[in-house]
Amino acid sequence: MTLSESTAAPVGEVVLEAVGLTKHFPVRRRLSDLFSGTKAAVHAVDDVHLTLRRGRVTALVGESGSGKSTVARLLAQLYPRTAGDILLHGTSTKVHGGRRFRTYVKRVQLIFQDPFGSLNPVHTVRYHLTRALKIHGNAGKTSADLEAALANLLTRVSLTPPERYIDKFPHELSGGQRQRVAIARALGADPEALLADEPVSMLDVSIRLGILNLLKDLKDRLNLAILYITHDIASARYFADETMVMYAGRMVEGGDSETVTQNPAHPYTRLLIESAPDPDRIEGIADPTVLDRGNGEPPSLIRPPAGCRFNPRCPHAMPRCKVDLPPRLEIGDRDGHWAACWLYDAETVAKEGIGSAADVDSAIPTPPALTLTEEAR
Amino acid sequence: MTRVLTRPLLEIKNLDVDYGLGDEAVKAVRDVSLTIHRGEVVGLAGESGSGKSTLAYGVTRLLPPPGVVSNGSVVYHPPTGDPYDVLNLSHHELRKYRWAETSIVFQGAMNSLNPVHKVSVQLMDAIKAHEPTSSKASRLARAKELLRLVGIAEDRLEAYPHQLSGGMRQRVMIGMALALEPQLVIMDEPTTALDVVMQRQILGQLVELRERLGFSVLFITHDLSLLVEFSDRIAIMYGGRIVEEAPSAAIYRDPKHPYSEGLLRSFPALRGARRELTGIPGSPPDLRGMPTGCSFHPRCPKAFEPCSTDLPILGKPDDHVGEPRTVACWLHPVTAG
Repeated sequence: MTLSESTAAPVGEVVLEAVGLTKHFPVRRRLSDLFSGTKAAVHAVDDVHLTLRRGRVTALVGESGSGKSTVARLLAQLYPRTAGDILLHGTSTKVHGGRRFRTYVKRVQLIFQDPFGSLNPVHTVRYHLTRALKIHGNAGKTSADLEAALANLLTRVSLTPPERYIDKFPHELSGGQRQRVAIARALGADPEALLADEPVSMLDVSIRLGILNLLKDLKDRLNLAILYITHDIASARYFADETMVMYAGRMVEGGDSETVTQNPAHPYTRLLIESAPDPDRIEGIADPTVLDRGNGEPPSLIRPPAGCRFNPRCPHAMPRCKVDLPPRLEIGDRDGHWAACWLYDAETVAKEGIGSAADVDSAIPTPPALTLTEEAR
Repeated sequence: MTRVLTRPLLEIKNLDVDYGLGDEAVKAVRDVSLTIHRGEVVGLAGESGSGKSTLAYGVTRLLPPPGVVSNGSVVYHPPTGDPYDVLNLSHHELRKYRWAETSIVFQGAMNSLNPVHKVSVQLMDAIKAHEPTSSKASRLARAKELLRLVGIAEDRLEAYPHQLSGGMRQRVMIGMALALEPQLVIMDEPTTALDVVMQRQILGQLVELRERLGFSVLFITHDLSLLVEFSDRIAIMYGGRIVEEAPSAAIYRDPKHPYSEGLLRSFPALRGARRELTGIPGSPPDLRGMPTGCSFHPRCPKAFEPCSTDLPILGKPDDHVGEPRTVACWLHPVTAG
């Protein structure tokens, strides 16, 4: 049995790092493109920086089509990247399959969204888990070792007693149990990092928390680094230590979860939080559409807007937003809280004024965090 | 949101829906009574497999075989004329009733548009079927008006569904549901496949339309946090039965049934203190082998003696005073009658 209950590595050690990660998917070209020399591509992910640390959960929040799943697949090396780098313990890795891919996936495992599709319906739980253990060399030498390892895996994901579940087929299990088997399979490799791509969004609400609590518990016990991809920002607040927000292929805001959700800086994050269902807002429905000048839809990623990608929808857009790409700017309220938004560049704001490009009335309040930044300076 | 609701629109009484016949039938909906009043938004919440969609299909007589309504009645009160039982309508009457009186927006409505027809054709089709004498120009004008109603530019009328985004397709479906100005719109998980920003825009629009046109909505979803915000009353289903029904504020502040309480505790909050949440232990029941007594008792943290043997009746709890609400739980016993 090689599965380690607690590894010697300290909490917070960097496991996986993405530096300027970029992925463009080519689009079918027309004859006219051939002459004009333009290469059309979907800019699915552009310049993503993120760090996964041991014993920490990093959430990546965004709408569908924002590129968050592409990030997970790039990190799992299922897609080759267009540009940028993936560092595993500080060394650049690029694997295309074969043995080197296997050694990579032994350390970085991916959990998929749909437990109904990620388990083979004609095989039992035993088959799925045995395969994971054998491929990654965790099956031990004898069949008794294997049995012990299987039982251990199932116990770890709270499918107890193991004998009751080991010979079941996927259709005999409920959605939550299937997702637990998928997690157990990922743990069979004894990984250091777990990439969870919307692990609970296909499950019933009453089951979701069970899975999140399980992942939280595994993170603490096995000292895992977890990337939690979700569209539900409230669950990111609940589960993740750090939250990153993605919009149209770019990171727009990041920081510790509590700060990002309680004091959102980027106009898009604010729109996202205002739009989330909130039972406390029982008296009347707040109208978050004032935060959105668009029709609620992200832009085309084949020809993304110049400058900040949120500018066509942003109520605070300034002329500069349509030209220059905003860099990561410190907000200043809490360490490590940043937003890619010109509102946090005091010079730009002084020169151009908030909302000067947007034909909106002055009823839109100045972002609260902004005044805070200026005081801090 | 509180208003005096007196005139009923649709009364569902003791409805049972089975899949299959005889002893092997799976009882998906059992003894459900629910009244929808005029201009009201009623939320129906529950896990998958709790029978909420089956109930909606049973009420509209859209159940695919082997589903059968084995008992009960669905009384519809038209704006003028006498009430009638939808379950007794003839095929011809049913055709007239559907869409004109009650329309439905399906789960995954994004895929319920026909991909080979333009939006205009699909919108006009429903009008033509019900008003065969109307002119094409008037139908076109109506289709334009419907698109405007749901916030889509008129020029999208000539678009095919694949040229529209998910949110726009969903809006077209809502527009189509309103084509004949029905009294009741049933929405079966209308926004589950959409992003939060789009979801809120569409729901905001729906609330606005409801206020303008005055139709009632039966809103089916598993997302209770959404319902608390959007509906006037909420009914919670578990294992084919309604276990609690109350005004939304009352359910949110003071859930009586342990299952409602569990559901409400399953949502991480965006504001307020970060607390440890547990969800509901166990898995939803299998309809083929329903537990005896209260079907929630194997998962219930508060289960006690009578729960495993006796079925609690849904009614106004004896220990409750004030707004009308009902609950089926032995913790809040109901004196029959």
